Amino acid sequence: MTGALSRNRVLQFIVGTAGVAILWQIASLFFPDYLFPSIPQIVTRFVEIATTASTQVDVLTTAARILAGLVGAFLCGVVLALVLNKSRAVEAYLTPVLVLLQGIPALSWVVIAVIWFHGTEFRIFFIMLVTTLPAFTFQILDAVRSMSKDLFEMTIAFRPTRWTLFRVLVLPTVVPGILTAWKVNIGNASRVVVVAELVGATGGVGYELLRQQQLFDMAGALAWTLQLVAFVLVFQGLVSAIEAWALRWRPKSERAI
Amino acid sequence: MPAAPDPVVITFEDVTKRFERPDGSGVFTAVDRLSFRVTRGEIVAVLGKTGCGKSTIFNLIAGLAEPTSGRIAVDGQDPFGAFAALRGKIGIVFQGDRLMPWRTALDNVLLGFEILGVERGRARKIAQDWLARLGLAGHENDYPHALSGGMRQRVSIARALSVDPTLILCDEPFSALDEMTARRLRAEFLRLVRDSAKTALFVTHSIDEALEVGDRIMVLQRPARIAFEAKVGGEIAPDRKAMLRSEIMKVLAGDDQSDGGVD
Repeated sequence: MTGALSRNRVLQFIVGTAGVAILWQIASLFFPDYLFPSIPQIVTRFVEIATTASTQVDVLTTAARILAGLVGAFLCGVVLALVLNKSRAVEAYLTPVLVLLQGIPALSWVVIAVIWFHGTEFRIFFIMLVTTLPAFTFQILDAVRSMSKDLFEMTIAFRPTRWTLFRVLVLPTVVPGILTAWKVNIGNASRVVVVAELVGATGGVGYELLRQQQLFDMAGALAWTLQLVAFVLVFQGLVSAIEAWALRWRPKSERAI
Repeated sequence: MPAAPDPVVITFEDVTKRFERPDGSGVFTAVDRLSFRVTRGEIVAVLGKTGCGKSTIFNLIAGLAEPTSGRIAVDGQDPFGAFAALRGKIGIVFQGDRLMPWRTALDNVLLGFEILGVERGRARKIAQDWLARLGLAGHENDYPHALSGGMRQRVSIARALSVDPTLILCDEPFSALDEMTARRLRAEFLRLVRDSAKTALFVTHSIDEALEVGDRIMVLQRPARIAFEAKVGGEIAPDRKAMLRSEIMKVLAGDDQSDGGVD
């Protein structure tokens, strides 16, 4: 049943994407290349970027920036979530601050980071951190709070050490929430990193997009964008594979498709 | 020659437990100056209406809650304070099976061994043996969602008994099961406990279950205090059973407070 649903989704994705590509190809017959380049042009540029070492460095640089920002935000989010879970008073004061941070646009953080900091990499890391931290914190906090009181009491009755309690109960309880948080935040982070790279970076997908805009090269802009999309899809696929393995105990009807 | 073990396994001396009301409107007393003892090898059935404090007593003995005043000892140790000293000495069968859904039946039984640090190979052998004794051979690798309610409760019994605890606490362990399954499982459970000469405290709200299970019955009234106590021990003659049943009914009927209780 789940397999059939999954196959259906893949089929729907392929049909939808192919439909857009056909419409785009038709439009390319009536408009100049700088507005609607043909699909073969875009594909050629995509393959060029993917197979040329110097351009792959840009893609990998962006990927590394995304992962560094996410790892930083995740670790800070874990600490913050544990503090919030421990103290209702801290939660009462800190939650509005995190909500406020969530409301600030990524572009505003770019401006703030440029004014505050010198190093390009640190600026981008800072932007990635502050934009993904609130979501990570709230999602990890939810995961911690979803722990069953019944299972906690049952485990405590065996009198485990703190480490054993963490290993046998806390970790398996929070894993589904954490994996979901990663899947959601990777998409957000890929959008933010491009904005961050547009300003001040001397490499990466965002920087290359800015160059394509200056050259009026739509095929290049789309090819670079697709590189980032491909990275996000691969990473999300990896997280989904980990999720499928870690949550293999769930009944098939409850598993993510 | 090693000293003979203390014949008393559970000691309650003048124990009081109060809770703050959730709405902040003061405190209520769940257990009021309760004193009793349970000796080694004895099975005591604790009976009372909903809200009489049975589960509070249960949590106090299990060390999941701290008494407001009074003294509690399990095998000579304070169950709340001496957390590590009682590791592996108390086995609990809860009302629900409380199985970890991400662990197989075997891994659920292995939980206690993991916490006690027992060598994996030896623990596996014991856990498999317990599952087989409870009729679950062949289901070791099944996840809880694939087992019936009765099977899941068997796994939880195996989890509690396999670590060879000194004391077994049971909190209405068969109340969520249908009558036939509950009856069969209760008989199996009693056989296992009696065969191993374990001490057990069995909380229930069923008079018949208490009469069937207990060597001794304690009937509680709100806030938890002993209103009636009787030695039962083994097979009871039908007329004595009827008399005990009638007396317990009278005690429970007298405990007609409708609020302020706590389980």
